[in-house]
Amino acid sequence: MKRTMYEKIWDAHLVVDEEGKAPLIYVDRHLMHEVTSPQAFEGLRISGLKVRNPHSILATMDHCVPTKDRDLPIADPIAKKQIETMADNCHENGLNLYDMKNPNNGIIHVVVPEHGFVHPGMVVVCGDSHTATHGAFGALAFGIGTSEVEHVMATQTLPQKKSKTLLVKINGKLSKFATAKDIALAITGKIGTAGGTGYVIEYAGEAISDLSMEGRMTLCNMAIEAGARAGLIAPDQKTYDFLNGLEFAPKGDAWEQAMAYWQSLPSDEGAEFDAVVELNGEEIAPQVTWGTSPEQVAAVNSVVPDPNSFDDDGKKLACSSALEYMDLQPNTKITDITIDLVFIGSCTNGRIEDLRAAAEVAKGTQVADGVTAIAVPGSYHVKEQAEQEGLDKILTEAGWEWREPGCSMCLAMNGDELSPGQRSASTSNRNFEGRQGKGGRTHLVSPAMAAAAAAAGHFVDIREL
Amino acid sequence: MQPYTKHNSIAALMNRSNVDTDQIIPKQFLKKVERSGFGAHLFHDWRFNADGGDNPEFELNKAVFKDAKILVVGDNFGCGSSREHAPWAIADYGFNTIISTSYADIFYNNCFKNGILPIIAAQHQLDALMEEITGNEGVSFEIDLEQQTITTPGGNGFSFELDAFRKENLLAGLDDIGLTLKHEDKISQYEEMHKQNFPWLWT
Repeated sequence: MKRTMYEKIWDAHLVVDEEGKAPLIYVDRHLMHEVTSPQAFEGLRISGLKVRNPHSILATMDHCVPTKDRDLPIADPIAKKQIETMADNCHENGLNLYDMKNPNNGIIHVVVPEHGFVHPGMVVVCGDSHTATHGAFGALAFGIGTSEVEHVMATQTLPQKKSKTLLVKINGKLSKFATAKDIALAITGKIGTAGGTGYVIEYAGEAISDLSMEGRMTLCNMAIEAGARAGLIAPDQKTYDFLNGLEFAPKGDAWEQAMAYWQSLPSDEGAEFDAVVELNGEEIAPQVTWGTSPEQVAAVNSVVPDPNSFDDDGKKLACSSALEYMDLQPNTKITDITIDLVFIGSCTNGRIEDLRAAAEVAKGTQVADGVTAIAVPGSYHVKEQAEQEGLDKILTEAGWEWREPGCSMCLAMNGDELSPGQRSASTSNRNFEGRQGKGGRTHLVSPAMAAAAAAAGHFVDIREL
Repeated sequence: MQPYTKHNSIAALMNRSNVDTDQIIPKQFLKKVERSGFGAHLFHDWRFNADGGDNPEFELNKAVFKDAKILVVGDNFGCGSSREHAPWAIADYGFNTIISTSYADIFYNNCFKNGILPIIAAQHQLDALMEEITGNEGVSFEIDLEQQTITTPGGNGFSFELDAFRKENLLAGLDDIGLTLKHEDKISQYEEMHKQNFPWLWT
């Protein structure tokens, strides 16, 4: 029978499949951070259970860590306790932890690929919805709750319901100024934040093959924003070249053995998907969200929609309440929206390619009056690489702040946040109410679009620069 | 986990769609290392004014909804992050049942680990329930998980679908880990095969 990549990975990980019960699947890799794990370790302790396979776990600290004055103790006592609890739990269970001071530290979904910890065909979980990132390597990677984190630590398995499959095909090439971020936002705009619910998305087509591994990570990262459990991209030569030689990648004979498995993974020609969505690459313009949900998005050269332009009553209502929260008028040109803060970073757009794109646009410009612009590398390795390339100099000379790595303003748990009423151009993944600080207004964009907005003080169509 | 039993409870209405987990429990409350006490922060940014007092405009602050155990909400409830703090907050506040047309995947799974029954209704069924609550605030619905039915005084009840294994676990208050560990032999067998096929993952 012809199978999709998802079905192949699913079949290869099925441990128990009994009538009337949830199938039990095996988990190869378990990623952790400080926010969603402490209660799971506590549960394990109470039941007297041990971590079944400590080798399968890689942990970091990212959500609560400060992005400046890293040498000082964490000011927030509750955050400090969470960080210390993470260190204690990892130490007690013999887990590999890249703590705040470790040169490998950074955002979990940036750090893991840097070390080659995830390979094609694996099942990967983390108590974090953006685990979908690792689908870029052809791994089935998805977010789980804390009870499930405990379950995986204790049993190395998860009861799971099989998902449906959705093929998202991007035909043709992207235009020069559109990025993986714009594809992700355009898809979410097209199918909605619940459009992918119950599905695992496989991205395919020329525009997807053309993406770098960083771009593929950005795209799969936001599969969850379209409601999908996971995003997947078939492994190819780019995937193998990226992994080859990394710390946790197989070596020698094992590499050959692994390649044989990896090359068997892509969906069979003619395999059937439960649903298919197609977009034309060249029609995807740089995107800017205008509302409080990632599906509320428009091309940069268009206008903020009028609630009455939606046929659906629910969408009409959602539009008017979003415009009220965002303090925007219908039919305002997107390029007329002014901003107070620019944030480049996060597990979506905190990689070297993102900083390069931002620096290219920022070079020779100055951050507009009244605008604060901060760049937060996704990891210490990204930071180091960027500094070797002089990207930090370009940005700081343009008036940007250059910070230490972490999740930072993506979800504003670490003290980096918007004040009420402030408006941001942000390369992160969610524009929910209050996400970047209570009363803060978030517009999601690509790194190049964010850098152009920083210099102009409002959104700019980078195709016209 | 407490077994889920048949109950007749007040149904609170929150007619909003795409309610995300950042609204259910904002990030500033995710720093705790315990599972308890999140109910005090449920829907914090909507529920409280800047001075910390109750926001009288917020639906759940209505006195008639105070003892509600059933939460009736719009489409795609619980979208966004995987934080289990969201169902912890919902359960700790006092809800054990949610009724909507759809839920985000991770949130839906998380509910069952915390004794919450997320019921999926058709659009017209949800509309009817919402209308009944609007016309009769404080109305109680009967939820019978065993029979998979909702009964309402206004006659807007219906039967709902639910996976058999999820139903069983909720009814019995069963712990998933205990159930999975009954398959210890199969997990070990799988791991033996895994070690042969992927030896580099075990060093």
